[in-house]
This record gives sequence, structure tokens and C-alpha cells, in this order.
Amino acid sequence: MKENVLEIKNLHVQFPIHIGTVRAVEDVSLNLRKGEVMGLVGESGCGKSTLGFSILRLLRPPGHIASGEINYHGRDICSMPQKELLELRGRNISMIFQDPLTSLDPLYTIGDQFLETLRTHEKGIKKKIALERAADMLKNLGISPNRLHEYPHQMSGGMRQRIMIGIGLILNPDLLIADEPTTALDVIVEAQFLDLLNELREKFELTIMFITHNLGVVAQASDRITVMYGGRMAETGTAEDVFADPKHPYTQGLLASVPNIKLEQPELQAMPGAPPDLVNPPPGCVFHPRCPHVMDVCKQEVPKSFQANGHMTACWLYK
Amino acid sequence: MKNLLRYIIARTLLTIPMLFILLTIVFAVIRIMPGDPVSAMLGGHAPEKVIEQKKEELGLNKPLIVQYGNYLWQVAHLDLGTSMIFKQKVTSAITDKLPATIELTIFGMLVTLLVGVPLGAYAADNRRSGKDYLIRLFGIVIYCIPVYWLGLMFQMIFGVWLDWFPVAGRTGARVFVSTFEQTGLYIIDTLLINDWAALWDVLMHLVLPSLTLGLVLSGIFIRLTRANMLDVLKSDYILAAEARGIRHFPVVYKHGLLNAFVPILTMMGLQVSLLMAGAVLTESTFSWPGMGRLLLERIYLRDYPTIQGVIVIFALIVAFMSLIVDIIYALIDPRVRY
Ligand SMILES: Nc1ncnc2c1ncn2[C@@H]1O[C@H](COP(=O)(O)OP(=O)(O)O)[C@@H](O)[C@H]1O
Ligand code: SF4
Ligand SMILES: [Mg+2]
Repeated sequence: MKENVLEIKNLHVQFPIHIGTVRAVEDVSLNLRKGEVMGLVGESGCGKSTLGFSILRLLRPPGHIASGEINYHGRDICSMPQKELLELRGRNISMIFQDPLTSLDPLYTIGDQFLETLRTHEKGIKKKIALERAADMLKNLGISPNRLHEYPHQMSGGMRQRIMIGIGLILNPDLLIADEPTTALDVIVEAQFLDLLNELREKFELTIMFITHNLGVVAQASDRITVMYGGRMAETGTAEDVFADPKHPYTQGLLASVPNIKLEQPELQAMPGAPPDLVNPPPGCVFHPRCPHVMDVCKQEVPKSFQANGHMTACWLYK
Repeated sequence: MKNLLRYIIARTLLTIPMLFILLTIVFAVIRIMPGDPVSAMLGGHAPEKVIEQKKEELGLNKPLIVQYGNYLWQVAHLDLGTSMIFKQKVTSAITDKLPATIELTIFGMLVTLLVGVPLGAYAADNRRSGKDYLIRLFGIVIYCIPVYWLGLMFQMIFGVWLDWFPVAGRTGARVFVSTFEQTGLYIIDTLLINDWAALWDVLMHLVLPSLTLGLVLSGIFIRLTRANMLDVLKSDYILAAEARGIRHFPVVYKHGLLNAFVPILTMMGLQVSLLMAGAVLTESTFSWPGMGRLLLERIYLRDYPTIQGVIVIFALIVAFMSLIVDIIYALIDPRVRY
């Protein structure tokens, strides 16, 4: 088995707000193996972005990691001093976001933004050399190096998202967290972007956490999949296993409602019932108010993770 | 670059209708103002015939539309008429006083920006902390203080008790203005003749008036900067910059403050009129021989042509400043230039 690039252990992330505490991530444990793409799916509000931000400790106050560990090649990110963390961001782990239109600073050229990133991490790098590296990167992305002198507003969304990736990869990180990177793109641009990501992944030997609420995208892009529900992991396993034989009732419901997995998938809205309130989550299994197989134990005890058909499922059915 | 030039030209052309509107408002306001210039000049009991004659002399018996046309014609020729009280061109009274006001407002604006913007940005970066509340409190309090009162306090504390700064006028008794006056901007004048002692004297006289004017307006800028910064700091490119490992200071100030500055700048253009109003009050508190004092004096004397002339100049300044502000805006924000 390949070494783990990232190990998340019993992670809890909370937002204390005036009406209580939002438990956005509860007891999540997962590993990312070198070179794989881990797809993280779940409906909007289930804690995917929060999990992604935690990895770089980018949570906005009042959000904070309440407990747990995040190990990157064995170094615990949660307890890392700020200075070390700043070096890690961008150099070892990069993150790209949902909306490419707003992810670049509108007042600086693309070149400036590459330059700033390079200079921050490689003190004293010559401007000329930095710009050459940026130009090379643009070529990798299929973008003309002349674009370095342009401003973000002069480019399309797809191009801006490619540039975001380019800036993210300029320092050769080995882990990329992509938070719904194609959600704002139209289907054709989305397909091109996924191809590009696949190419870059090999060229840069990337490990990727691919966050999305689109089952079609996750099916196409991922080696393994983690399904989240209400801040918790519902199911995790290889993409084939999870899609061919979903075990968790939530995953089953999701897949049943989508007969053909295609790219152009609307937002997940599979089951009857509403997503859980994360301030006062239901006791026991968070999914129990919507679960067709609910049992007595489900209302009292949080399900542990059980092995079922080669993958892990947090459901009492597989005890 | 070509785009920028085109933008500047287009924006400059736009100033023309704006000026036209401003001038029309000034014309109307002067005519609506209570009191009648002729009886103010001649006293209430002048014979009918004399009044008629005076009206004719001043062109006040003509229909409004003709008066309006004459007025625009005059302004277009940089002629603001003749004072009714002193036999003196309004333009010459104004060229006498304008430099003093320009010097005061430039320094006042500098104080406003140097105090308001950094404090607002710092408060936003430390939102909800004790420092944030303190800065906000300062902003609100300083905004509520009347200019007169703040000026008096400064005069008392820094002028009388501590004796650090002079409390009135533009120069001290030992400085002879006639030896250097060329542009009327004393800082430039004293620099032109390399008279450092006089320059120092001029600067010392500027301290309290520009602090008074600047601090009062800084309250607005603290609030404005803080609010804009809070918005900007929430945006994705700030998060993205943090995710790249950019250090806190450049994230907050290079990316955050510069982006927040764009709307602040627009506000600055709008605040110029407030700055002018503040200048009028500051000048009378500090016996500053500028446009504000000229205006107050002439209102008291009911010297209508001069009042009108001063207000026209204020309007020109407002229009000009908003042009400058928009050009700086385009220089900062690439999205504007095309
Ligand atoms: N700043 C915040 N304050 C309070 N609650 C938040 C904040 N950010 C996110 N949350 C809550 O955390 C939960 C997870 O959000 P998020 O991670 O953005 O979900 P996802 O990315 O899966 O759509 C949501 O219920 C959301 O309301
Ligand atoms: S634990 Fe119970 S309620 Fe939860 S998914 Fe499994 S069967 Fe449904
Ligand atoms: Mg999200």
C-alpha cells in the first residue's frame, strides 16, 4: 500500500455562534494515499468545505478545530506554529476554490500574483526567473504566456480556474485540495478542466482531495470516494465499490435518484426530508430522521464504522 | 495605456455637464437666498428712483433668463463680476484667499486619510477586539464634535497651555509675507526662496487648523474603511492569498486595503464638499485668511457677487476633485479603464 500523504484522525470542527455550536465536522477520519484522488461528496452544508479549510487551518473565526489530528507526512498541522504553517501553504498543500471569478485579486495582473507566490516562498528569486517559471506553467495549462500581463477580468471563468490551479502548482506541492472547482463552470469547460486536472495530476504527482456535490464529477474524477452527511462520514471506499454497491442508506438513496451518472448533474437533492440541523443534530445516527431502514438503536447511538463489501460504512445495518 | 487615456478624456468631457448643473444650482440658490441685494446696499429707505437705477446698474431688472445667460457668459470668461461693497473685482478677492484654503484643505485631507484609513483598516483586521471598539468609539466621537469646539480645545491645549503651536493666521509676526508671496501657497513660496525659517513658521501655523479639519472628517473615513475592509476580507481572493502562504500583513494591506480603497476613493470625491464646509468653519476659528472667511464676511455684508463668486469656485473645486478622484480610481482599478 502506498504511503499516506494526509491522515485525518477524529477531526471535530465547530463554529460557536449565538444560538449554539454548529458542529460542521464530527469525528471524521480519513487518509489520502500518495497519488490518489479522493472525492468528497455530500449535499450542500454537510461540512465538505469546512473539512477542506481545516486542512490548511484556513477556518474563519469563530470556526476552529475542536479536537482531532491532521497529519501531513506525519507532521501535525493542528499544532504547527504559524510560521511553519505559512511555509506549508502553497508550497506543500494548495487549495483552489469554487468561484474562479472571485479567487484572483482584481487589482493585480496574473503575473503579479504568480510573482507574489514565488517570492513569498523562495526569497530572493529573480523577477525574470520567476516570470519564466510562470510562463512555463501557463504553457502547461494551455494558456498563452502573454496573458501574464493581463488582469483577471480580461479572462473567462474557465481560464481563471486554470490559472488558479497554475498558481497553486507553481511551487510543486504534492497535495491539492479542490473545493468544488467546476461548480461555477459550464459543462463543456468543466469536462476540459477535469481532463486538465488528470493531466496535471500525473505530471506533478499530485494527491488530490476533490470536493463536490456533483456525483457525475466525482465518479469521473476520483479513485476513492467519501460520502459525507451532516458533518459525518457516511461511507468511504473505492469509486467502483461505492457506485456499484452502495451500502449506506444515504448513498443508496442518492444513487437511486440518479439513474444515469452524468456530468450535468443538478445539485444533490435526493431524499425526502431536510438536511440535519448541525446545531442540534438528531441523537444517534444523524441520518435517522430520513432513513428508510431506521431501527431503535439508530435513534440512540451514533453508528460506528463497519466493514461492508470491502468498504467502510457508518451504519448499524452492517454491525 | 490607450484605454486609460480614452477614459480620462471621456471623464473630463463629462465634467462639463456636471459643471453646468453646479453653476445653475449656485445661480438659483443665490436668487432664493433671503434678502434683497439692492436694499442691503442702499438701506431700506432709499428713494424708488435710486433703487431702480441701482438695479439697472447691477443688471437685476432684466428677466431671470437673461441674468442667467450673462452669468454663464461671465463665468465662462473667468469673470465673476465686481463686489457690491468694495470697488474690487471678485476674482481678485478670490485669488487673494484661495491659496490659503487650498493649503488648508490639502493638509486637512492628508490628516483625514492618514488617520482615518489606517485606523479603519487596523480596526477591521482586529475586528471585535478591544482595539476595534476603541477606534470605532474614537471615530464616532470625533465625528460628533463640532469643528468650532475641537478648534477651540486645540487652541487652548496646544496653543495656550503647552504653547507648541500658533493659534491664528498663516504666518507669525516676524515673517514678512510680501518678501516671498508669488503663488500664495506659502509652502511653495518659501521653498522657492529657500527661506527655511519662514517655511517652518508656515508649517507650524498649519498644524492646528489642518488637525482640526482633518480629524473631524477622519471619523467618516474610519467607519468607511472599516466597513469596506470587512467586506473585502471576506472575499475569495483574500482566502486564496492566505491559502498560498502569503503572510498576514500583505494579505490584509496589499490585497485587502487596496481593494477596500477603491470605494473609499469614490467617497473621497463626494466628501470634498464636506471638506469645503469644514474649511469654512475651521478658517473662522483659526482666523485663517481663506475663502471660508471671505465667504462669511461677505455674507455678513450681503455682498452678493462675491458670495456667488466664492460658491462658484467651491463648485469648480468639487467638480475638479471628483475628476481627479475618478482618474486615480482608474489608475488603481484595471476594470474601470475600458
Ligand atoms: N462562518 C460560519 N459560521 C457558522 N456556521 C458556519 C460557518 N461556515 C460554515 N458554517 C456551517 O457549517 C456547515 C458546513 O458548511 P460547509 O463546510 O460550507 O458545507 P459544504 O461545503 O458541504 O456545503 C453548514 O451547516 C454551515 O452552515
Ligand atoms: S444507522 Fe440506522 S438510521 Fe443511520 S443510516 Fe444506518 S440504518 Fe439508517
Ligand atoms: Mg462548500
